[in-house]
Amino acid sequence: MSLRTDQSLIAKWIKPNSRVLDLGCGDGTLMAYLQKNQHVSGYGLEINEENIVQCIHKGVDVIQTDLDKGLSEFNRESFDYVIMTQTLQAIYYPDKLLKEMTRVGREAIVTFPNMGHWKNRLQLALTGRMPKSKTLPYEWYNTPNIHLFTLADFERLCAKISIRILDRSTVDNEHHSSLSMKLFPNLLGEIAIYRFQQKN
Amino acid sequence: MQKSTRPVDDIGLVEPKTKHFSGTLALASGSELHGFDIVYETYGKLNKECSNAILICHALSGDHHVAGYHTPQDKKPGWWDNIIGPNKTIDTNRFFVVSPNNIGGCSGSSGPLTINPVTGSSYGPNFPLVTVKDWVKTQAMLADKLGVDVWTVIIGGSLGGMQCLEWSISYPNRVKNTFIIAAAPKLSTQNIAFNEVSRQAIRSDQNFNEGNYYESDNKPELGLMLARMLGHITYLSDDALDEKFGRELRDGEIKFGYEAEFQIESYLRYQGRAFVDRFDANSYLLLTKALDYFDPAGDTEGSLSKAMAPATAKFMIISFSSDWRFSPERSQEIVSALLEANKCVSYIEIQSTQGHDSFLMPIPRYHQVIKTALDRIAKGLDL
Repeated sequence: MSLRTDQSLIAKWIKPNSRVLDLGCGDGTLMAYLQKNQHVSGYGLEINEENIVQCIHKGVDVIQTDLDKGLSEFNRESFDYVIMTQTLQAIYYPDKLLKEMTRVGREAIVTFPNMGHWKNRLQLALTGRMPKSKTLPYEWYNTPNIHLFTLADFERLCAKISIRILDRSTVDNEHHSSLSMKLFPNLLGEIAIYRFQQKN
Repeated sequence: MQKSTRPVDDIGLVEPKTKHFSGTLALASGSELHGFDIVYETYGKLNKECSNAILICHALSGDHHVAGYHTPQDKKPGWWDNIIGPNKTIDTNRFFVVSPNNIGGCSGSSGPLTINPVTGSSYGPNFPLVTVKDWVKTQAMLADKLGVDVWTVIIGGSLGGMQCLEWSISYPNRVKNTFIIAAAPKLSTQNIAFNEVSRQAIRSDQNFNEGNYYESDNKPELGLMLARMLGHITYLSDDALDEKFGRELRDGEIKFGYEAEFQIESYLRYQGRAFVDRFDANSYLLLTKALDYFDPAGDTEGSLSKAMAPATAKFMIISFSSDWRFSPERSQEIVSALLEANKCVSYIEIQSTQGHDSFLMPIPRYHQVIKTALDRIAKGLDL
């Protein structure tokens, strides 16, 4: 079972034996890893049937859920962490879901493709067309990624909806990190990873 | 039928067995049964560790004959033969499958048709009303006799799913996994309303005679037939009926009369008549009441999550998109309660067109989900 780098960064941020809710858990790889290696418990939420079967195969408890309908099933602070990898950009109301994540979890973690990466900026500037990349391979008309944004956009939204950012990291497409990326995350980071919680 | 003409995953000929239970059974209603029988079938073998037993709980009109054939002349196998057998989704090479007929029914277990040992004649309408709790209790008594301490899985659809739910609450230490399919935590007002119309159809039949019709040549067949026709409509989806029959006419033209003209009319009449041949009206009344009464949250101030608190099993909840009798929302009520109670639960809504009856159909995704879960359970048990 191998994790993507953004997933292994998340795994490092999660304390052993905690309760985790994984939004858009895909085939359950991350939850299965966390269950096995960090003894976490919890559920994955997923909409795709094939992915749900894969979760069951891996022994991950999975609830078929449309994340656009919110997390009203879950009580306030019923999980230590609510996590969501590479899904926020495909959600109808990202602001509402981020608030929901910080209601249900004591902490929340998201990863997302950074539209502010220099290659995206350059493509738009030079060709005048919507950027495509390894992380964003779709055409504008068939992409599930309906809300593309940058690190700066994300941080501005967090400030607006009373979310406190606890940690930030970025990686490139090969999921490597570097010193320059730490210095200029919005320019050099292709995938962003944030840990955050509700302001008191 | 020659054995060689059957597919290799066929379970073949099976024989129902009977266990007698002497002594007095106290029922939820306060009534008592002085001894009773349970008819059941088993498929596969109980392993040495007694760890591979699966219980199948049947729905309203189901019975113990789940898989295989009783005689080589049988045209149809048991009601869930498409899922149970060697190398099938519920693989009898690995699992020991038990399927009892619930008491109050009319397929061999004690019910209205049975002779009351106290009076020497059949119970008829005097067979006491039974509940899902009573069924689960008697199934547990059967498990004791079969040497099954713990079910590795309990599976049931519809009313069978309600029995699974009850098992996980009443006997938390005797269930490892429960698969609750196309079920609900209790009947809705509309569900009870449908049941009431069915019951009135039977009770107002001129041959019903307050349930005392066994000695008579005329049975309340019309009432039972109407009840089944109504039920059957609610088991299918609007789309499924439309696709199967549309407005097709039997003779190609309207005849301005009350004979069955539309195909759907003759289909419903056929289904109703076929049901009358295999079911007893007193049993039907009693079973619909058991459905109406089921409400585990009734014991915990209406909170299903509190009712589920004792459960230790892992839950798999499955619903079907076209089921309006027990809609996906009803399954989600169970899921919500289990989440609130911090239980292990998975949930999937299977895309289907066949309404409530979908749970009996070999829908590939549906069977794949069950097979995947069972494979994992089998692996954990070294089966």
